[in-house]
Amino acid sequence: MNDISVSYNKYKFLGNEFLTWLWYLIENDINIKTIAESELKKAGIECESIVFEIGNCIALENSLGDDSVEKISIKGDDPGLEEGKTALKKGAVVTDMNLILRVDEDEWKFNIKGESMEITSLKIPVSGKVEGEDDIEGAVLEKVFLYNKVFEVVDTLFHFFIKKRVSKEWKTVDINGIKEWVEL
Amino acid sequence: MGLLSSSVSIARYRVDGKIEENVMETIHAGLKQNAITTIEDEYAEVTMGWTPFESNFNPDFEKFTFTFGDFFLFSFRIDKKSVPSKIIQKHVSIEIEKKLKEEGRQFISKNEKKEIRESVTDRLMSQMPSTPNIYDVLWNHEAQRVLFFSTQKAANEELETLFSKSFKLRLIRLFPFTIIESSDSFSDEERDMVLNLAPANVNRGKVVAGDSNE
Repeated sequence: MNDISVSYNKYKFLGNEFLTWLWYLIENDINIKTIAESELKKAGIECESIVFEIGNCIALENSLGDDSVEKISIKGDDPGLEEGKTALKKGAVVTDMNLILRVDEDEWKFNIKGESMEITSLKIPVSGKVEGEDDIEGAVLEKVFLYNKVFEVVDTLFHFFIKKRVSKEWKTVDINGIKEWVEL
Repeated sequence: MGLLSSSVSIARYRVDGKIEENVMETIHAGLKQNAITTIEDEYAEVTMGWTPFESNFNPDFEKFTFTFGDFFLFSFRIDKKSVPSKIIQKHVSIEIEKKLKEEGRQFISKNEKKEIRESVTDRLMSQMPSTPNIYDVLWNHEAQRVLFFSTQKAANEELETLFSKSFKLRLIRLFPFTIIESSDSFSDEERDMVLNLAPANVNRGKVVAGDSNE
């Protein structure tokens, strides 16, 4: 294995933990805009509100220690997430989830995979129609702006999470908050 | 799925390095030299190369642009031929029957069977039209970032190879570790701490945090 695949495998847990933390923020109505305000500002993201919502699926994985893995998948519109929380209690982490992101009036829907941070099935807010050749460049630039927006928000939050994850407060404050939520 | 589709899947890359001089000319030359060929090689199983975003079936980079605002945008086309195994099986059986009848024999050897299979596969492959797959590539040269509109493993691997061959620049896939590595929002101390992290589990109500940043 080369260095890239070694670091992919070694640190893929950070992506899964990030999604688990994001689920915790969503479920506890923690205001993302408020907690990550300075990071969002630094990244040039200016808006009134940023809201995430769980979409139509979430997948979790629990390593059982003997090379076997337990996988839990919850799908459907407005899915009940109790089984997911039970899995969290047993030590599982979120590996994939479908998210809805609302920045002010605009809405994005996508699947995100923790280990690769890959975004699939991305649907962006409605953009201008291409009616002729002259419209192509404008349509491309508008779509690129909207694609980049979702990466900017996700990356900024990921950076914020990583800074938290290496801080002393992670073990004394954040993980206790997650633990309390899981135990409820 | 292309950039203008209603639903897209995107793999992200950091470009390791920048073209320092004659950026437009260098990229134009790289695209032209590695454009997909218009003449179909009847025996090639896979043909691949660049094609303009606005003209996927006429790879003419003199006629069509690759610049859109501050971005470079073009498409990566992979034409693939495949013959379903059941069709090969059918034609091999027909050929074996014909040979047995013509030569008045009861059976043919394993090697002969292998030769028949190879010649049948070659013949069918040459008759089969290839299926084009088109993936868009968006390059922000200034920010050293590439968005590739596919998350298929094989397509991404082929992109990395052709990009490096065309522009002499390496693409580094962005995933948790490389996102941290590529970002300037972390201090050296924070980066070192990330290297020592280990998975934290909320396990049966007990917090297990085994990293070595104590």
